[in-house]
Amino acid sequence: MTVMEQRGGYRSSPPPAWQPRMDPAPLLPDAEPHRVLGTEAAAKADPDLLRRLYAQLVRGRRYNVQATALTKQGRLAVYPSTTGQEACEVAAALALEERDWLFPSYRDTLAVVARGVDPVEVLTLLRGDWHNGYDPHAHRVAPLSTPLATQLPHAVGLAHAARLKGDDVVALAMVGDGGTSEGDFHEALNFAAVWQAPVVFLVQNNGFAISVPLAKQTAAPSLAHKAVGYGMPGRLVDGNDAAAVHEVLTEAVRRAREGGGPTLVEAVTYRIDAHTNADDATRYRGDAEVEAWRAHDPVQLLERELTARGLLDEAGIEAARQDAEAMAASLRERMNQDPELDPMDLFDHVYAENTAQLREQRALLRAELDAEQADQDDRADRDDQEGDQR
Amino acid sequence: MTTVAAKPATMAQALTRAMRDAMAADPTVHVMGEDVGTLGGVFRVTDGLAKEFGEDRCTDTPLAEAGILGTAVGMAMYGLRPVVEMQFDAFAYPAFEQLISHVSRMRNRTRGRMPLPITVRVPYGGGIGGVEHHSDSSEAYYMATPGLHVVTPATVADAYGLLRQAIASDDPVVFLEPKRLYWSKDAWNPEHPTDVEPIGRAVVRRPGSSATLLTYGPSVAVCLEAAEAAQAEGWDLEVVDLRSLVPFDDETVCAAVRRTGRAVVVHESTGFGGPGGEIAARVTERCFHHLEAPVLRVAGFDIPYPPPMLERHHLPGVDRILDAVARLQWEAEG
Repeated sequence: MTVMEQRGGYRSSPPPAWQPRMDPAPLLPDAEPHRVLGTEAAAKADPDLLRRLYAQLVRGRRYNVQATALTKQGRLAVYPSTTGQEACEVAAALALEERDWLFPSYRDTLAVVARGVDPVEVLTLLRGDWHNGYDPHAHRVAPLSTPLATQLPHAVGLAHAARLKGDDVVALAMVGDGGTSEGDFHEALNFAAVWQAPVVFLVQNNGFAISVPLAKQTAAPSLAHKAVGYGMPGRLVDGNDAAAVHEVLTEAVRRAREGGGPTLVEAVTYRIDAHTNADDATRYRGDAEVEAWRAHDPVQLLERELTARGLLDEAGIEAARQDAEAMAASLRERMNQDPELDPMDLFDHVYAENTAQLREQRALLRAELDAEQADQDDRADRDDQEGDQR
Repeated sequence: MTTVAAKPATMAQALTRAMRDAMAADPTVHVMGEDVGTLGGVFRVTDGLAKEFGEDRCTDTPLAEAGILGTAVGMAMYGLRPVVEMQFDAFAYPAFEQLISHVSRMRNRTRGRMPLPITVRVPYGGGIGGVEHHSDSSEAYYMATPGLHVVTPATVADAYGLLRQAIASDDPVVFLEPKRLYWSKDAWNPEHPTDVEPIGRAVVRRPGSSATLLTYGPSVAVCLEAAEAAQAEGWDLEVVDLRSLVPFDDETVCAAVRRTGRAVVVHESTGFGGPGGEIAARVTERCFHHLEAPVLRVAGFDIPYPPPMLERHHLPGVDRILDAVARLQWEAEG
C-alpha cells in the first residue's frame, strides 16, 4: 500500500494553516567537505593565521604524545588522544573571541589548552586528583564533559542567557560522532534553533565511537545533514585541514554573533590512536586504513602548504618543534610532581553550606586522618628510639 | 501599623505569588518549562508571569525535559537563576541525567567555582485521579543524589516561604509540589509571607504524647486527620512535617521520637527502597534506647503507581495509619 492509497485518501491540498516553512536546500551541506589547503583558496588565507595554526598544531601533536607517555608512566589514569584530530581542536579554540565560551567533551583537552588553560589543570580530571582542575570562568571554558552530548544543552542555555543580557557572546560546543546519537544532541540542536541561540556545534567525526564505526551509528548521508531537520545550516569540512576548519568555524561564530542563529559543523577527521590507552583498536580496524589517514595528517598538510608558499622554512619548523618540546618538558616535569591532596576537600564543595549529616561525616574523616597521623608519628618515634639503641 | 488578617489562599496561589515576588525582586530569576507561558502551566501555577515579566523571563520551551534542565544549567552558568517546571513527576525522568550528572555536582566538580542556583519544580504524588505517569512520588531518587536539596511543602505558608528560599538558594533545589494540595486552602498572611522555618528544619504540626507520625507533603494532612481520629482510641498522636528531606532534620525528628518513644513514617512513595527506610534507620540508630517499639512504615505498596480507579487502595489513608499505631501499642505490651 502506498501513502496515496492509505485510508482517508490523498489530500490534494494541504490542510488549512499548515505550510512547510521553507525550502531546505539552503540549509543542506555541500556534497564534499570544504577544503582550503592544497587548493587555490589557500592563497587567500591570512599567512599569520596559518603560521599561528601551525605552531599550535605542532604543540598539540607533542602534547598528545606527551600525555600518552604519561599514561604509560602511571601519571595519568587515562588519556583519550586527539592525535590526527589536532586541526579541529586548535581551530575550535582559535575561532573564538576571548568573551566566548567553549564547551568541550572529555577528548577535547587540546582545545582547552589552546584556549589558554594551564595544561596541568586541564589534565586534573584524567590524573584523578579532582574532577575539574581549572576555573571555568577564567578562560570561559566549561568543565570537560564525560557524559556524551550532555554539555550541548548547557552551551545553548549559556548562549541564550548571554543574549538575554545583551552580550554578544557565542558558545562553541564540541561533540564526537557517537555523541550525535544521544538524545541531548537532538534536544540541544532543537532548542538552539527554536531560540536562535548564538551557538556553534562542532562534531568531530573521527570514524569511531570507541569501536563502533559511523555506518553503525547513523544512516544519515552525513552528520552535517542532521542540521536541516532543525532548521539550521549544516557545514561539512575536512577536519584535517586546519585552515578550512578555522574558516568554517569563524564564519559560523560570526553568523551566531550577528544574530543569525546556530550552525552545525561536521569536521571529517580520524582518530589515529586508540580510543584511550585502555582500548585495543586493532580489534575493529585495519592498519591500511590508519596508514591512509596518516598520509592525510593535519600537521603535514599545513606544513606542506606553508613550505610551498614560502611562509615557513627549516628554521621555522625547528622553532615550532623547540617550542613544543619546551611545553612537553614543562608538562612532564610538573606532572611528575605528586599532587598535594587534602582529603577534607571531599566535604568542602557539596553544598554552599554543609548539612548536619556532612558535618558529622567530616568529623569522622578528620578523626580517622588524625588517628592515621598519630600512628605514623608513633611509628616514627619508635624507629628513632630503635635507631638510638642500635 | 495596620494588622492584616490572614486570608484563605490556595497552595497554587502561594506558589505563583512566590515566583512573581522572586522575579520582581531579582531580574536574574527566569521561569521556564513546557506550557508555563501563555497557558500559565497545566495547573495554572505560573499564571500571569509571562504577561507581567515577558516571554524572556517566563519561557515556553520545546517539549523536552532534558533540554529544559540542560539549557537551565547553561543559563545558571551565565548568572541567571532558572526556575524549571517539570509539569508532572514522571515527566521529569528524561531530565535525570542532567540532574544527576550535572546539576547536582557542578559545584563539587568545580571546587565551588560554578554553583548552579536552579530550582526544579516537580508537581508530584497521587490522589487527583491522574492516569499513568501522572502520580509518581520520586523523592527517593532525588534524596539519593548528593548535591541536591529536596523540599516539599504541606501548607500554603510553606509553599510560599520554601519556594522563595529555594529560588534564593545558591544550590540546586528539587521542589516537590504535592499536586493534590494545589487547591487546598489555608489561612495565610500575605503581609508576612516568608515567615516560615528555613529549608532543613522539620516542624511539629501537632504535639502529642502517644506516638510520633513522621511525614511530609501530601501525607501531612492525612496524618493530622488520623491524629484527630486517634483521640477516640485514647491515643495522642504527634505529627512532624519533615518539609525538607535533604538536608534532613535529625534533631527535631529525634527529639519528637524520644518524647513519645514510638514512631511511624508515613508517605505515598513505595516502602521498599523508599524514604521511610532511610528515616526509620536514622531514628533507630539515634533513638534506639528511647524506643518502645520498632519504627514502622506506612507507605504506598511496592507497585508501579496504580490506575486512578484503584489509587485509594494504594495511598496511605487514616485507617492504615491507625492500624500501624495500634501495632506500636501491641509491640510495647508484647
